[in-house]
Amino acid sequence: MGIGIAFDGDNMSQDNKQSNRQSAIGNRQCLKVSLFVTCLVDQLWTNVGASAVEVLRRVGCEVEFDDRQTCCGQPAFNTGYRKEARRVAEQFITVFEESDADAIVSPSGSCTAMVHHFPELFADDEAWHRRAKQIAARTYELSSFLVRVLNVEDVGASWQGRLTWHDACHGLRDLNLKSEPRSLICRVRGAEFVELEHADACCGFGGTFSVKYPEISLAILDQKIEAIEKAGVDAVVSGDASCLMQIGGRLSRNGSKVRVMHLAELLASKG
Amino acid sequence: MNHLTAETFDENAKAALTDTHLRGALRNATSLFGERRREAAASLNNWEDLRTQARAIKDETLSHLDKYLEQFVSKAEARGVHFHWAENAAAANEIICGLTAKYAASTVVKSKSMTTEETHLNDALESAGVQVVETDLGEYIIQLAHETPSHIIAPAIHKTKGQIAELFTSELGSAPTDDVAELTRTARETLRDRFAAADIGISGVNFGIAETGTILIVENEGNIRLTTSLPRVHIAVMGIEKVIPRFADVDVFLKLLPRSGTGQRLTAYQSFITGIKSNREDEGPDEVHVVLLDNGRSRMLAQPITRQSLACIRCGACLNACPVYQQIGGHAYGSVYPGPIGAVITPQLIGLEKAAKLPYASSLCGACREVCPVKIDIPALLLHLRAEITEGASKQRIGERLAFSVWAWIMTRPRLYVLSARLSRWLQWLFVRDGKISDKPTTKIFSPLAAWTSGRDLRPLDDSSFRDRWKKELSHR
Repeated sequence: MGIGIAFDGDNMSQDNKQSNRQSAIGNRQCLKVSLFVTCLVDQLWTNVGASAVEVLRRVGCEVEFDDRQTCCGQPAFNTGYRKEARRVAEQFITVFEESDADAIVSPSGSCTAMVHHFPELFADDEAWHRRAKQIAARTYELSSFLVRVLNVEDVGASWQGRLTWHDACHGLRDLNLKSEPRSLICRVRGAEFVELEHADACCGFGGTFSVKYPEISLAILDQKIEAIEKAGVDAVVSGDASCLMQIGGRLSRNGSKVRVMHLAELLASKG
Repeated sequence: MNHLTAETFDENAKAALTDTHLRGALRNATSLFGERRREAAASLNNWEDLRTQARAIKDETLSHLDKYLEQFVSKAEARGVHFHWAENAAAANEIICGLTAKYAASTVVKSKSMTTEETHLNDALESAGVQVVETDLGEYIIQLAHETPSHIIAPAIHKTKGQIAELFTSELGSAPTDDVAELTRTARETLRDRFAAADIGISGVNFGIAETGTILIVENEGNIRLTTSLPRVHIAVMGIEKVIPRFADVDVFLKLLPRSGTGQRLTAYQSFITGIKSNREDEGPDEVHVVLLDNGRSRMLAQPITRQSLACIRCGACLNACPVYQQIGGHAYGSVYPGPIGAVITPQLIGLEKAAKLPYASSLCGACREVCPVKIDIPALLLHLRAEITEGASKQRIGERLAFSVWAWIMTRPRLYVLSARLSRWLQWLFVRDGKISDKPTTKIFSPLAAWTSGRDLRPLDDSSFRDRWKKELSHR
C-alpha cells in the first residue's frame, strides 16, 4: 500500500494535473487540500473535522470541502457486500476526481486505508480500476500528510496534561503509521506523552464486528481499558473516531475520568 | 468446552468468555508466545527477507504442485517408501485402518499431527479396535481429558497447571503436585513403555522435500523421533501442500517455523527421514508409508485468491497474535484449525454454510498478517470469504442484505444522506439521556444499538453536521 503521488498517467489531462500537483508538493507552496471528513466525523464528531481544517490551515494549506461526499464504503466492504461497497466507492471517486486539490486528506486511518483498497474493488473493470488507483494515490491520512508530505512535526499546538496514544489498526498496519502520530504528539507544548502498554493491540471495534459479537468486542476492549487506566493519563488519543467511540464508550460506562481525543483535536488545541 | 461445532460459534464464544480459568491460561500463554516470537524474530537481521523468500518458495511450489509432488513421491519411492493418495478424510482413515489390519497392529503410538486431527483418525482407529496413544505431552493431556486440541502447536494451551495436575491424579493415579517437572516426568514414564509396545508409529509431516524425497518433522520432546523409529512400521500423514522443492529451502523454513511457533531459534529435534533403512541391522522401521491427503486442498489451489491459504506452515503465530483468539481460545471456533488461519481454512475444508460464522469472528485488525512467517494476507482472505458468504446465501441474511442495499442507495445520493442524517438526529432524542446513549429500555428496540449499549455508551450525533458547520462557520476563514 503505497502512499505517494503516483499516477498511471494514461490520460493526458490527468498527466497535467499530476505534474502540477507534484511540483506544488515538491515546492511546498500553499497546497490545496480536499478534506474527506468521513461520515462518522460528519455526523458524530464534527470537532474532529473542524480541528483538521484548523490544523491544515495553520500549516499553510488551502482547504476545500465538497459536500457531495458521503462514505468510503467500508461498512459494506468489510461485511462482504462488495457490490454495495463498489457503488459507494464510485460515488467517492466521481466526487473527488473533479477536485484539482493537491491531495485528499482524511482524519481517519481506516477510511484512508479503505480508499487505498478501492482498486481491488474494480479488479475486473479497467477504466474504474485506473480511476480508483488515481484517487488512492492522492489520498492521505492526516498525520501522514503532515509528517511525510509537508515534513511538519510541530503544528504549534499546546495542551496541558498527560496523554497516551492508541494505534488504530488500519492506520498502523495498512498505512504503516507509527512514528508519524507520535512525533506530532511529542511536539505538543505542555503535553506529557506516555507510551501505552500494547498500544498496537486492537481495541475490539472492527466495524460490524462490534455489534455482531459484542461480548468478544468488549472482552478485547477491556484489555485496552486496563492498559489506559494503568497509564494514569488524562486523555487517550487516536487517529480514528471509530476506535475512540469504542474506547470512549467503555470509559464513559465505567465512569472513568480519562477522556478520549482525536489526534486532530489535540493538534488544533491551544490550551 | 469440547466437540463444539463452528455453527454454534456465537454460543461457544459466549461460554468461553465466562470461563475464568480458560481466559487466565490464554492470557498467559498467548502473551508469552507473542513476546518470545518478537524476540526470536529480532534475533535475525533479515527476518523480512526470510518471510519474502519463504512465501516465494511456497508460491512456486503451489503453482507447480503436481510436478513437485510427483518428484517427491518418485524420490521417496526409490528409497523404499510406500505412498497412498487420499482424496478426503474418510479415504485417509480407511487406508490407515487397512494398514493396521495388514500389520495386525493392536497398539499405535502417535506424535502430534493436526492433519490427523483433521481426519479424526483416532476415532477411526479406536472404532477399528486399535488402541491409540498420543505421545506429545499436550496431546497426551487432552487425550486423557477426552478433549480436542485448542491450538495448532500447543494443544493443551487452554488448561492451567492445576487442571493438569488434577487430571493426572484422577487418570494416572499420580500423587497430587503442581510441579511442572514432576508432572512431565509422570507423563514421560507412562509413555516410555508405550513406545516399546507399539506396532505402528503415526506422525505428521512438516515438510516433504521433493529433491530428495525426505520427510522433515520438527519437535522438542523427542517423542516424534521415537514414534518414527521404534515401531517397525511408520505411517506419516501429509497434506499435499507440505511439499517444498529443494533441500536448500529447508534453511529458510527452519529459521522461520520455530521462531514463529514457540519463539525458539531451533527446535530440540529435527528429524529428516529419507526412505527406509538400508541395512536390516540399522535402527528404524522396516516399512514407511506416506498418506498424501487432499481433503479440499486442491479446491483451495484452484483459485488464485484462496491459493495462499495453502502456504501455511502451521506455526500458530496468528493465533497468539489474534485479539479474538486471545479472548475465546481455540475450542469456541468449533473447528480443528482455530484462530485466524482456522477461520480461513475451515470454511474451505468443510464448506461455507457450516462455517459461515468463522470469517466474521475477526475485527480485521491485521495482527495475524503482521506475524505470519509466510505473509498470508489473512484479512484479505477473510474479506473474500465474507463476500462469498453474502453472495451465496440468497435466503439467509435478508435483513442485512436489505440494510446494505438501502445504505448504499442513501450513500450514493448526497441529499438523501443529509436527509436521513437529519431524521436520525431527530429520532435519537428517544435514546439520548445526559448527553449519551446508554443501556436503557428504549435502546432494546434496535438490535445493533442494544448490542452496542450492552457494555458501552454511545456518543450521540452532534447537534449539527460537519457540512452544516462548514457552510456556517468554517468555509470562510
